[in-house]
Amino acid sequence: MSPLKISWKSLWSKPLSAALNMMLIAFGTGILTILLLASNQISEKLENNSKDIDLVVGAKGSPLQLILSSIYYIDFPTGNIPLKEAMELARSPFVKRAVPLALGDNYNGLRIVGTDTNFIALYKLKTAQGKFWQKDFETTIGAAVAKTQNLKVGDKFYGAHGLTDNAGVHKNHEYVVSGILEPQGNVADNLILTNVASVWKMHDEHEDHDHEEHKHDEHDHKGHDHNAPTEVQVNDESRELTSLLIQYRSPMSVAMFPRLVNEATNMQAASPAQESTRLFSLIGVGVDTLQWFAILIMLIAAISVFVNLYNSLKERNYDLAIMRTLGASRTKLFLIVITEGIMLTLAGTVMGVLLGHLVLEFIGSNQESGQAQLTGFVLLYNEIYLFVAGLAIGIFAAIIPAIHAYRSNISKILAKN
Amino acid sequence: MISLKSVSHQYSGGLRIAFKDWQINNGDQWLLLGESGSGKTTLLHILTGILKPSAGEVQINDTSIYGLSSKALDQFRGRNIGIIFQRPHLIKSLSISDNLVLAQSLAGLPTDLNRVNEVLTSLGIADKKKAYPNELSQGQLQRVSIARAVINKPALLIADEPTSSLDDKNAAAVLELLLQQSGINQATLVVATHDKRVKDAFTHTYALS
Repeated sequence: MSPLKISWKSLWSKPLSAALNMMLIAFGTGILTILLLASNQISEKLENNSKDIDLVVGAKGSPLQLILSSIYYIDFPTGNIPLKEAMELARSPFVKRAVPLALGDNYNGLRIVGTDTNFIALYKLKTAQGKFWQKDFETTIGAAVAKTQNLKVGDKFYGAHGLTDNAGVHKNHEYVVSGILEPQGNVADNLILTNVASVWKMHDEHEDHDHEEHKHDEHDHKGHDHNAPTEVQVNDESRELTSLLIQYRSPMSVAMFPRLVNEATNMQAASPAQESTRLFSLIGVGVDTLQWFAILIMLIAAISVFVNLYNSLKERNYDLAIMRTLGASRTKLFLIVITEGIMLTLAGTVMGVLLGHLVLEFIGSNQESGQAQLTGFVLLYNEIYLFVAGLAIGIFAAIIPAIHAYRSNISKILAKN
Repeated sequence: MISLKSVSHQYSGGLRIAFKDWQINNGDQWLLLGESGSGKTTLLHILTGILKPSAGEVQINDTSIYGLSSKALDQFRGRNIGIIFQRPHLIKSLSISDNLVLAQSLAGLPTDLNRVNEVLTSLGIADKKKAYPNELSQGQLQRVSIARAVINKPALLIADEPTSSLDDKNAAAVLELLLQQSGINQATLVVATHDKRVKDAFTHTYALS
């Protein structure tokens, strides 16, 4: 009979205190697992979504807000920028590719993005069904959109004004699904893509209807918009974009281009890399706090396992002495006690890691925003450190009782009876 | 053959106790008589390799047991000496049969379930094999502890006050089982007691004063 089985049986003889200890460990490990998985996934998503974008140009305001709205589609845009100026920047020799974005509408909380073929090239998009949008009001939808909204190629839907709710539905034009994207693993999964003109037209109609009475003077120049171009045209003075995603032509641009934008125009340039780092350092404070909390719980668990083993050792002194008389060596007793501690904490760790994964999956599946969807069904290499920690706590908690068992004077214990 | 030569032990309090030499031939059945506090348990512990005496030598079948390393002595004890305590002291978390298997494996011997069955049957408790210690009566537990002591066919079977907590009927039964088991397993038997009820069953007596 191995020390393993003896320890195992001994644990099972006291299921309640074993369960309590395992729960404590599991709770601590669970929190750490969630933190590990979530922060990993968030930073991965942040990087994944911004990896090919060197700079975002948008209206003045918070650079973080500009990044959040134009790359992660989370926050509201900072405002609009004149199409003319944006196109001038796009033609700058520093720029390899410029992707125009026109935001402002949503469908059931999913953002409708007016853009052009540069967007496809930037994110290397492919369609799984159908084709990319070509005419006005044709859309290509992300894989997640198709799944959650149950949309198929050929389906029609109405967009709504705003970015988050379904308040003012644009009933004048309906969008039609011309294609569905392959799952990309980035923000494109949750977007509805169309051309910029569709977004413009949607709002022209909208404003025409809503403000007919008070905006007669404006109505004039809005009038010719009904024949708006299907492609982004530079010559239209009044047209606006939300922002421009920029890819540099060469690393040299890093030094020159942002300053050019910030000083020579009325727009601002924000670097996704910088802002993501800033954002993550803000989240980091919360993560750190939770981490310390989890470590504290683990520490309490370690002490609890220690007290438990130490107390049970008092009761088991005689058992252990008997084992010595049956031929067990001191080393074997040491192993039996240590194994007990390690088994407790490792079982707790396994439970905690499983729990962490399940809880995160649960959180992920209940998340409102599809943009930063978290999943628990991922294994990280770093999780191995959780098991190392579990092992270390087990040894830490059991070492003193084990040394006691090793050193015990069996003659004294047996004579006491 | 077991021999005790000029053994004495000094307690931590300073009290020194010397034991007269003792020679036990194989198969003998001895009674170790002495009042409480006369050093009976100390002598038993010395005899079983649990307590190293301050002076003197203990030999069991030509092995000077205190010349062995701690680990070798533990194993030697497991294989050659069976001990029955006043109380059964079985491992509560293990079933009866696992308690016996534990004795086999701690002595470094392979698991032999036939032997477990054989011993339990000869003690009349084969039906309790799967039970746990807390499900058995005191008398049944004492039988299991005898089974555990003889499972590895030890050369020396030592019982420390095996009858003192039992009534007359059970005391007689346990004594009979001890004599019978030492016979079946060809083990030398030493019973330490202050219980006058068991005196008549033995021809050899080692008395402590």
